[in-house]
Amino acid sequence: MAADTTVYKEIEGKGGDYFSLIGWLGVMILAALYAVYNMEHHGHVVTGMTNAVVWGTPHVLAIFLIVAASGALNVASISSVFGRTHYKPLSRISALTAVALLAGGLMVLVLDLGRPDRLIVAMTYYNFKSIFAWNIILYNGFFVIVLAYLWMMMERRMNPHSKKIGMMAFLWRLILTTGTGSIFGFLVARPGYDAAIMAPLFIAMSFAFGLAFFIIMISVSYKASDRPLGDFILFKMRNLLGVFIAAVLYFTAVQHLTNLYAAEHAGIEAFILWDGGIYTFLFWVVQIGLGSLIPLAILFNPASGRSCQGIMTAAGLVIIGGIAQLYVIIIGGQAFPLQLFPGMEVSSSFFDGAVHSYAPSHWEVMLGLGGIAAAILIIVIAVKYLPLLPTSLSDAKIDPHHKVK
Amino acid sequence: MRSASRILSLTVLGFALLAIGLGISSPAQAGDVPLPNPAKAFKGEQCVEPNDVMRRNHFEFLKHQRDETLREGIRGQKYSLNDCVDCHAVKSPDVAGGKVRTLKPFCKECHDYAAVSIDCFACHTGAAVPGIGKQSALPSNHDVTNAIAALEKHLGKGADQ
Amino acid sequence: MTDKSMNSVDKARRNLLKGGAAAAVVTLAPGVTLQTVQAAVTGPATSAKRWGMLVDANAPEGVWDLAVEACKAEQGWGKTENVNQATDPQWIRKVSIKDPKTGAKATLPVMCQHCAKPPCVDVCPTGASMKRADGIVLVDKHICIGCRFCMMACPYSCRSFVHEDVRGQKPHMPRGKGTVEACTMCVHRVDKGQKPACVDAVNAAGSNAIIFGDLNDPNSDIARAVSKFVTQRIRSDLGVEPGIHYRGI
Repeated sequence: MAADTTVYKEIEGKGGDYFSLIGWLGVMILAALYAVYNMEHHGHVVTGMTNAVVWGTPHVLAIFLIVAASGALNVASISSVFGRTHYKPLSRISALTAVALLAGGLMVLVLDLGRPDRLIVAMTYYNFKSIFAWNIILYNGFFVIVLAYLWMMMERRMNPHSKKIGMMAFLWRLILTTGTGSIFGFLVARPGYDAAIMAPLFIAMSFAFGLAFFIIMISVSYKASDRPLGDFILFKMRNLLGVFIAAVLYFTAVQHLTNLYAAEHAGIEAFILWDGGIYTFLFWVVQIGLGSLIPLAILFNPASGRSCQGIMTAAGLVIIGGIAQLYVIIIGGQAFPLQLFPGMEVSSSFFDGAVHSYAPSHWEVMLGLGGIAAAILIIVIAVKYLPLLPTSLSDAKIDPHHKVK
Repeated sequence: MRSASRILSLTVLGFALLAIGLGISSPAQAGDVPLPNPAKAFKGEQCVEPNDVMRRNHFEFLKHQRDETLREGIRGQKYSLNDCVDCHAVKSPDVAGGKVRTLKPFCKECHDYAAVSIDCFACHTGAAVPGIGKQSALPSNHDVTNAIAALEKHLGKGADQ
Repeated sequence: MTDKSMNSVDKARRNLLKGGAAAAVVTLAPGVTLQTVQAAVTGPATSAKRWGMLVDANAPEGVWDLAVEACKAEQGWGKTENVNQATDPQWIRKVSIKDPKTGAKATLPVMCQHCAKPPCVDVCPTGASMKRADGIVLVDKHICIGCRFCMMACPYSCRSFVHEDVRGQKPHMPRGKGTVEACTMCVHRVDKGQKPACVDAVNAAGSNAIIFGDLNDPNSDIARAVSKFVTQRIRSDLGVEPGIHYRGI
């Protein structure tokens, strides 16, 4: 393996575009904090949540960010764990993106708590039987490990150790996403969840969503900072994204086929796949169509798959499809009524037996978008003050011996 | 794990006591934050512990016992927030237009001074209702309370003989 | 005797008398009592007891309204203004079921089922969701962070999230915005040797539609009843072993 000759350099970050981006992100974060103030002052009654749909839009966007965070680390893992040296120059920014996305996601998750002021309680009282408690430990550990990994990659004297901690970070992120998926997988009473496949499904989703975000971020930042981005690395990531989209489709198919086979799950499957209104629409049109099949077509079409715009469009669609997928899983899974008396027609003042309605409130959307803004802001500021981005990702730099086909 | 928050609250208290100590040792000057002046107990003569012990440790007593009461089902012990309400709740124009006796103004007096923020009253009303604590068996009329206190003293003497 | 006919001193005295078996009370004059001895300490709850209920779903459905109203009055939930069914807490509710094939109907109350293996307790990150030794499942609101994972996990939709400010809480039942709450099986009454409010209300109407007691005590009414008739528990397939038994569903 040749010595790493990549030159990393902070971006200029001086133009009006840079500061207006920071300004807009700041406005979005302030809007999120204002939404939180309202949700805490008046209570969650101002949100779209109810006693039946207890996790709403903030959870969709927060879990998207958390899942994407572990996926964004993949680029670094591929280089240090699997020895694909052409991804090496992107390792630093990959680790930073992972940390930033996780921070944004956790911000949303924590601020949507009924008592966010009791964060100290969440950090000091642990019920080790709770997968949620384990996730708190996994998230905190992820920060520590990935930041250490980043430091070892950036500090020349620590470089020799970066492979080991890279391995650890990779294993940790697999466990972390298993934990995130198991938040749903362990819910025995909900017909939409309660399945071991949630863990691998979430891991596949993290690969796809994280890489999609990463591709867009790299393309935009290289264009904005006038640094060369060669086709070689872009096409490598394109191929990888295609594989990940297919993996998500595969696990989604297995999830639904298994449920369809069991008569007891006929209800939830009919609801998601056939007559669930918005959830059926989001599943087929947005998640499967816009978010999976069209991106696959774009990526592997000889023309659009070779253009940066085409790849970015596909990545953007994967993100939209991913958010739709989490919306269907999280909110669709709650909207479908719990089966207290299977086979019976049930009714009550608490909406037993009825499909629960949920409409996102603007406060929840503001909070969720604020988390995305926070993640982007961390990246935008970090690349200005830390040497994270290589000065060039041109084909010659990445792999002098390779000719793009 | 619980000790972490305990240490935190002890630290806060330590600073608070320091502040009180400093406030007492140097006579308050014009413009200083006025010293807390909590209302006398509405009922009863003597608290469950001496005043100085209560000032330092009331939250420890309450916190310790809240866990025992709620989680283990041990009831009727010495300390009880409802008993605090029973004796110390006062009418204040700040709460419900001064119509009900509530504990909040009593607590607020020192907590404001020591910059301690508690959220007991996010869930507990702190409002006095008949039968809330052990003293509630006594009529709330002050004169009768005094008469009974005298009687109680007398009965107590009788028991000693 | 209804609450309205009691004056406040009588009520206070009754509370005191109920308060502890060993509380010595001296009556000084009619209506004036003096407590001379500290009320006895009761508890802790032990696993020797297993509190439970047996609900008869064949009872006339009017009794369930009494149970719901009694719960509201006792625990202080149930708003009368700005009612929003989707977000207001409901600790106990009347559920109507109908078999679409046969047309058979039943109405029954559903409240926290006080499971022996409660999923809400398993999933709670801080341990706020907890089960007492005697099987009563509670939320420790002192450490509840309002994450709602227990509501996701409950197979019976029996928990409510407090969506807005609460006023007029009962001294025995603190309730607050941003935390989760549910039926406590009237733990404050049970610890004093009383029955839960819903059971008392149903009994007061001359109905035995809910039997409350210690399932572990073979001589209790409930233990005898559940050994005499086969009872059902809702979603018994989940294996969470609820403490609430039903007949007639």
